[in-house]
Amino acid sequence: MRIKLEKRPDPSRLMLVVTPIASVLLTMLLGVIVFDALGIDGQRAVIDIFLTPLLASYKWQDVAVKAAPLIIIGLGLSIGNRANVWNIGAEGQYVIGALCAAGVGIAAGPVGGPLVIAAMIMAGIVGGGAWAAVPAVLKTRLGVNEILSTLMFTYVALQVLSYLVGGPFKDPNGRNFPATAPLTADQTLPLLPFTSVHLGVGVALVLPFLFWFLMSRSVFGYQIRVVGAAPHAARHGGFDGNQTVWLALLIGGGMAGLAGALEFTGALKTINLGFPSGYGFTAIIVAFLGRLHPIGVLIAGIVLAVTYVGGQVAQTTVHIPNATAGIFQAMMLFFILASDIFVRYRVRFIGSPKSAVSPAAPAPAAGE
Amino acid sequence: MGTDFVIAAIITIIGISTPILLAGLGELVVEKAGVLNLGVEGMMLIGAITGFAVTVMTGNPWLGVLGAAAGGALSALLFGFFVLTLNSNQVATGLALTIFGTGLSSLIGLSFVGRIVPQFGSSFPPALSRDPIGRLFFSYSPLVYFALAMVFVVAWFLRRTRSGLILRAVGENDLSAHSIGYSVIGVRYLAVAFGGAMAGIGGAYFSLVITPMWAERMTSGRGWIALALVVFASWKAGRLLIGSLFFGVLMWLELNAKAGGLSFMPYAGSIPSQFWAAMPYLMTVVVLALISMRDRGGSSAPACLGKPFLPAT
Repeated sequence: MRIKLEKRPDPSRLMLVVTPIASVLLTMLLGVIVFDALGIDGQRAVIDIFLTPLLASYKWQDVAVKAAPLIIIGLGLSIGNRANVWNIGAEGQYVIGALCAAGVGIAAGPVGGPLVIAAMIMAGIVGGGAWAAVPAVLKTRLGVNEILSTLMFTYVALQVLSYLVGGPFKDPNGRNFPATAPLTADQTLPLLPFTSVHLGVGVALVLPFLFWFLMSRSVFGYQIRVVGAAPHAARHGGFDGNQTVWLALLIGGGMAGLAGALEFTGALKTINLGFPSGYGFTAIIVAFLGRLHPIGVLIAGIVLAVTYVGGQVAQTTVHIPNATAGIFQAMMLFFILASDIFVRYRVRFIGSPKSAVSPAAPAPAAGE
Repeated sequence: MGTDFVIAAIITIIGISTPILLAGLGELVVEKAGVLNLGVEGMMLIGAITGFAVTVMTGNPWLGVLGAAAGGALSALLFGFFVLTLNSNQVATGLALTIFGTGLSSLIGLSFVGRIVPQFGSSFPPALSRDPIGRLFFSYSPLVYFALAMVFVVAWFLRRTRSGLILRAVGENDLSAHSIGYSVIGVRYLAVAFGGAMAGIGGAYFSLVITPMWAERMTSGRGWIALALVVFASWKAGRLLIGSLFFGVLMWLELNAKAGGLSFMPYAGSIPSQFWAAMPYLMTVVVLALISMRDRGGSSAPACLGKPFLPAT
């Protein structure tokens, strides 16, 4: 008996939904085994990382606040990945977005109110987009690989952060600690009463539906999908590849900048050297785990936020470093990528009698 | 600026460019076989911790280097299984490998924080490195000579051997290589494992030579520079050596700026140290732009780079 792969005419819709769930479950199972092998209570670690944040209601706020930037950045990246534009520098765009918001806040001085907050958030979107615009220029004008350029710009952004919070943006009353002055109460996003859930969480809940509409109902969404699936056909159809690169990177950067500005004005209220926490990289996993579908990204963002919060729980209960959550996040990404094979191919076991029946015609175009 | 200063600078530059040279040579072979492994940073970190751990446990840095090579190769084979056997997307799988390597190395490294390791002995009799000129040639870690030797080995292998020819054929036209009867997947597995081993040794250079200790994320993005270096070198081993020294100079400037040691340069005091720290990354982008301008209308990248192997069955 051998295994044979048959290409499906269209991606399997069932598998698109089943495989992400299977990937998470497989990650949990393998996590127990791997951690036990390393001499750590694997069952406890997996329960704390994946379940405790969901079962303990006082952790829900935490999950919501951490999911917001992951969802927002993941949405932007999913657009790019659909068009085969690889922006892996969202972390830098996120940081620059927050710094631009901080710049507006510092310029506003003690003045606050909705207009100032709106200006800060706009500055974040523009800043993140501008940071991604450089790789876009390089890609469209010179053909520079955007994977490397977006990533290199992330490292540059971290140096910009270090320079600004230790110099021009440093809090004059901050005992020389490299951080911006905390925002005043009327410069921060409103909170849900008695919680730490800020308006940015609401934004993260609404945006996926907006993106869903945009991707499935607009010419733009169609263009992104066509360019990603069949670049040559897209060119014949009159869609400009360069324009797609621009849109993909500007949306990716703008969304990352928005996430940075919301995190700054909603959750942290100050920027220090610890501001970049890897959301920009984790959002890549969010985009894939969500199968590049806006609603999938919403769910995947919550799942990854759970592992973030759970990673902190496990840090205290089983004494593993915070970076350990990264092992689980990477395993999820490995599995979801590997499971693509089930989406695009029908796996048949030749020689076994039951395999000859093929299921009914698959659903049309995936992911709408 | 005396001769001693210049010689000391050259020695430092050669030292700090060694890890990206090692990792870059490995990735060069991988990409020549048509596979793009973006997980170099993760494999370097795994090499750094396995090399360190084995050295702590055995007391022998040479076994540590072997351990680093094995750790790097094993993590690369994990990547290989996903992209070669399961045909998963190479870009995203490479990213996953980097995230995985970062997390796993932190976890393993937990019990090695604060430990110290025995050092490599000097490569040559100490008498040879008494005067400055002697130091210039004979004072390096054995891994530096290994890296330099590997430049020639890789260049010779790719250009002069039959196996090298097959490897290049697999990277340039996998379907033809397959139809002649070569195992495309087999060749790619070997190349990927070699790339992982070299990245692992490059990582061990951090934990065994540069700082002799373990710290989370201690390779600080050098794996990504190694990737850029391969493009910079237009997939040629000799140019990779030149490129690694160029990046070495930039990293040396950063080290000196942090220590306030750039006083020989005019206006150096008014430039923030973060500028120098950002330089290697900015220059990578500048270099990529220059290369892309030069290569307009025909890149020197292997034709099958990053594409899955899908033979008609």
